[in-house]
Amino acid sequence: MSQTAGMNYKQCFTDAVVAALMALVVFGPIMGVVLDGYKFDIDFQRVAVIVALVFVGRLIMSYYFQTEKGKAMIFKYASNHDGVTVNPPHFKSKMIWVIPLVMIIGFLIPFVASKYILTVLILGLIYVLLGLGLNIVVGLAGLLDLGFVGFYAIGAYALALGYENLGLGFWSMLPIAAIAAAFAGAILGFPVLRMHGDYLAIVTLGFGEIIRLVLTNWVSLTHGPNGISAPLPTFFGLEFKRRSASGETFHEFFNLPYDSGYKYMFVYLVLFIVVWAVLFIKHRLVKMPIGRAWEALREDEIACRSLGLNHVLVKLSAFMLGASTAGLAGVFFATYQGFVSPSSFTFFESALILAIVVLGGMGSTLGVVIAAFCLTVLPEMLREVAEFRVLIFGILMVVMMIWKPRGLVRVTRNGFAAREGAVK
Amino acid sequence: MSQENILKVENLVMHFGGIKALNDVTFDIKRGSVSALIGPNGAGKTTVFNCLTGFYKATGGNIMLSANGKETSVIKVLGEPFMMTDFISPVAFIQRLKYKMFGGSHLVNRAGLSRTFQNIRLFKEMSVVENLLVAQHMRVNRNLMGGILNTKAYQLAEEEALERAFYWLGVVDLVDFANRLAGELSYGQQRRLEIARAMCTNPEIVCLDEPAAGLNPSETEALTKMIRVLRDEHKTTVLLIEHDMGMVMDISDYIVVLDHGEVIADGGPDDIKSNPKVIAAYLGAEEGEEVTL
Repeated sequence: MSQTAGMNYKQCFTDAVVAALMALVVFGPIMGVVLDGYKFDIDFQRVAVIVALVFVGRLIMSYYFQTEKGKAMIFKYASNHDGVTVNPPHFKSKMIWVIPLVMIIGFLIPFVASKYILTVLILGLIYVLLGLGLNIVVGLAGLLDLGFVGFYAIGAYALALGYENLGLGFWSMLPIAAIAAAFAGAILGFPVLRMHGDYLAIVTLGFGEIIRLVLTNWVSLTHGPNGISAPLPTFFGLEFKRRSASGETFHEFFNLPYDSGYKYMFVYLVLFIVVWAVLFIKHRLVKMPIGRAWEALREDEIACRSLGLNHVLVKLSAFMLGASTAGLAGVFFATYQGFVSPSSFTFFESALILAIVVLGGMGSTLGVVIAAFCLTVLPEMLREVAEFRVLIFGILMVVMMIWKPRGLVRVTRNGFAAREGAVK
Repeated sequence: MSQENILKVENLVMHFGGIKALNDVTFDIKRGSVSALIGPNGAGKTTVFNCLTGFYKATGGNIMLSANGKETSVIKVLGEPFMMTDFISPVAFIQRLKYKMFGGSHLVNRAGLSRTFQNIRLFKEMSVVENLLVAQHMRVNRNLMGGILNTKAYQLAEEEALERAFYWLGVVDLVDFANRLAGELSYGQQRRLEIARAMCTNPEIVCLDEPAAGLNPSETEALTKMIRVLRDEHKTTVLLIEHDMGMVMDISDYIVVLDHGEVIADGGPDDIKSNPKVIAAYLGAEEGEEVTL
């Protein structure tokens, strides 16, 4: 078949006209009507440009998909739904050198980057932690948790309240907050884990809201919506303030001029190390019996029970480990903001974390890391086109789900070399 | 209870609302035998299985499992309702509470009984070997720190689990498919994998729910051989539900026939073949009519 013989130009044209009409409907009111005080101006030109762009784009796309190359591409993506693959035994990824490279670059960044970039990166890393935590619960154990932000809030408030009431600093609260969040996970988990699917999602959604409402309304403890201040980390007892009431500060000790950037540098470096530690633990967990049990539970709960796995304990362990990771993230969030208030822990955060996990690919560690950075750094980069950034964000999500419904990174499983069988 | 019988079912009753699925089912399974549970459709065979393996909580009766050197009451480990006497004796109360909170069908498996399912329930998105590793969950090193630090003891335990997995893959002839996803296997292979998975939990009795359903004659032949291997080489008692009468008569030492939730006959294959009640149940008979064969 020659290339032009099968070309259906009429089809191309209709496709383009339909797309242009839809663009007109969507963008007409958004871009065509500009408010000016109490009046509004009608701006035809902007709408015309957008509609023309969509028309031409759809025309080219329609044409391309009728060529051999385009057809091959459609075929490739259409038959790409089988997601999981098993690696051959002793498989070593060729991209393994990326890990030390990222480590080195990550360590050097705070010494060159500006304060703004550093804060964006810290936020990105916090969401990596949250994504990794939720990935255990949703991606591995298959428990849809819509209230994950509750554990994040518990971690953040644990730091702030521990400092205010008990005088505990960042370093003592870091493990305590993780344990507190895990404990909260267990308290939530035990009664509700006998349910699954949609019911569990609704209960966890309620749990997240309960935490937020308690934080808002228990004014005597949490200062309610006014929020509460959180301490900065200390470097072997040296504080990162301009001057300290007790003892020396960081810049005085090292004879440096005061710079508020130091504290972000330090938070970044600590967070960077913690993220790598969590990544390593997560990497080990999926290969361990407990990781296998989580995935088995996601696949078939009844079969799990028939094999002697206590499904309640397996779910509970997933919930607790996920929650403790969120608790860690909460501590870093509080210390980096220096202040926590209930308005930081709305349902939108839960949805964002869930989007990270789904976008990255359920159960894929690398995917979650990439998705976390995409969803936190991208909106910052798009600040230039601030008016459209939510729109662009939405379009990206839609496109992702069409082209890669199972997430950015394909989940692979480890292969095992065949060996002599034996029963002992 | 004698050591001779591995499973003792006494007056088992199971009601679903108003429907009486099982009325007073009583039978014993001898240790080291291959026994079959047969009956027409809707006779309650799978219900008996689900009661035995703890997936249903029986309405009444008693199931005693004598495996792994101890006696286990299947009804008790699922968590019974509190009795008046529990409020007097704290020991009984705590035990009842323990089973109510942490009890369930997994305890039946840990007591030495494993099962397969009528509609295959494999972990479809996990590899074949991983399916068998999950089954050995209770036997491997589950220490969190040991696993994260990858200690010697952990590696040893994992290696042993892998060897056991490959042993069972060898028995069911799936070694070449070890690194495939379980969901990609053909129907017959999935059935065999499910049996291997059940055996990986190291049971003393394995319950197979229609293992030959959907298999072709040569696959059924292979399955029959495999069941004999389980009995003869691994000293495992096998209890199966099956509709393939040729296979059942060929393999079983003991057959229990159920109809309308009651045991209508039990005994060796030859007794069952000539039992008029069984023939009536399968072929249908008028009220009071004598069926002869």
